[in-house]
Amino acid sequence: MPIKRVKFTYEQEMIKEPIISILSKDFDLVTNIRRADVREDMGWVVLEIEGEENEIQRALDWVSTKEVRVDPISGDVVEG
Amino acid sequence: MPYIKCLYCRECGREYPVSPEHVCEFCFGPLEVGYDYEAIKKVISKDKIQNGPLSIWRYEDLLPVARDAGIDMGTGFTPLVKADNLGKILGLNNLYIKNDSTNPTFSFKDRVVSVATNKALEFGFDTLACASTGNLAGSVSAHGAKAKMDTKVFFPSDLEQGKILGAAIYGATLVAVDGTYDEVNRLCSELADNHKWAFVNVNMRPFYSEGSKTLGYEVAEQLGWRAPDRCIVPAASGSLFTKIWKGLNEFHDLGLLESVNTIMDLAQPEGCSPIVDAFDQDTYHVKPVRPDTIAKSLAIGNPADGFYALKTIAETKGNAVRVPEPEVAECMKLLAETEGIFTETAGGVVISALRSLAKRGIISTDEVVVAFVTGNGLKTLEVIEDAADPVFTDPDYKSFQAALDVWNKRNL
Ligand SMILES: Cc1ncc(COP(=O)(O)O)c(C=O)c1O
Ligand SMILES: [Zn+2]
Repeated sequence: MPIKRVKFTYEQEMIKEPIISILSKDFDLVTNIRRADVREDMGWVVLEIEGEENEIQRALDWVSTKEVRVDPISGDVVEG
Repeated sequence: MPYIKCLYCRECGREYPVSPEHVCEFCFGPLEVGYDYEAIKKVISKDKIQNGPLSIWRYEDLLPVARDAGIDMGTGFTPLVKADNLGKILGLNNLYIKNDSTNPTFSFKDRVVSVATNKALEFGFDTLACASTGNLAGSVSAHGAKAKMDTKVFFPSDLEQGKILGAAIYGATLVAVDGTYDEVNRLCSELADNHKWAFVNVNMRPFYSEGSKTLGYEVAEQLGWRAPDRCIVPAASGSLFTKIWKGLNEFHDLGLLESVNTIMDLAQPEGCSPIVDAFDQDTYHVKPVRPDTIAKSLAIGNPADGFYALKTIAETKGNAVRVPEPEVAECMKLLAETEGIFTETAGGVVISALRSLAKRGIISTDEVVVAFVTGNGLKTLEVIEDAADPVFTDPDYKSFQAALDVWNKRNL
């Protein structure tokens, strides 16, 4: 089963919504939180999502409509 | 010779063997190079460094790869210039410019790319790649050419012409992506997962970023083995900023510097200042932004090292300065006219931040201040297009005198 690592970044209002538990209830997915930092004003969660590729994509598309920013983990990159 | 011991996770501390990986398997935190400092301490000395090559490789003992593992483009040991003219205007007696625009491809990126390229060769890669806001593309292209590697550079398609041509000349494959740098970055992350390419700032990132430490080492050595009182550094991802600080601290821990009390100030342009925003809001949460700035080399809206940069600012009681967009080009001119140094937009951002800190009295008169000029002005000519205002004249003595009179009147 494919596994995707992602980072969700939340704005204030969203934090009350249980995005991640919805992912495993309304989608055929298993989630595994690795690291998180949620404050009053903002938060992020780094997690692993396991499931069929289409289902992962459907879930991430849904999360994006919730004004949660979705970044792939290997996208955590320095530059220039 | 290098004394690299392992990779370790910056978040949970787990150790990993040395390999082209950049993310912790357990917590997905970023990986960092671990060294055998005890062994380094036994071999390193001021004498040894001073007798080394006039390049970043004089600090080979503190880098994750050997000079002999690959190529040497002569990167580093760039001038540290005492900026008395600019200092006078700003009321600073000990202002220095670290002029890193004199590197082989005219930016500090040659430091990180020199390290990453040699490590990629050591790992046996035959393709060198990067996601770039401009300067990195040129540097990777040049290093790839010298190392005879297949080279692919990805950048946002709205990049300055000077940076596109400055990469194209080396014969690399250029990929102009219709999107922001952060979108380029995402694409490259996916590619890095599926291709055996050495993406210098993706899978090679732990090694790559170590190259920036050499800026800290050099400045300390050039000041006569002393740490500056203050560093002012431009930030995109925030990596350079944190690594200058790391370099100074390593020198101190190894007994090469008596003390390090450096204040670290970070500079970003108004059109892309997510790290400064977080600093102002007194939080370590960096909120991603969509960049819109003339300082394209600094246009990273989702800075990977923003959190660590904010920690460094807090630890050193430094400042984060947001520079108004119109001041970028203005301060490029200011530096050129006072010190004869022609920097790109990132340097304009630094000089504007320096001026602002000086004007606000945050910098005291006798502090030893180093402003980091990290790229060359010829790469961003479009932002100073109105700088040229020649005296137009016919080719004879009288015409010239008359034209000069007119010009003088207009410019007084
Ligand atoms: C000229 C110049 N200065 C500074 C930076 C900032 O580097 P960093 O991403 O390490 O903060 C960059 C890189 O993007 C650059 O091109
Ligand atoms: Zn970890």
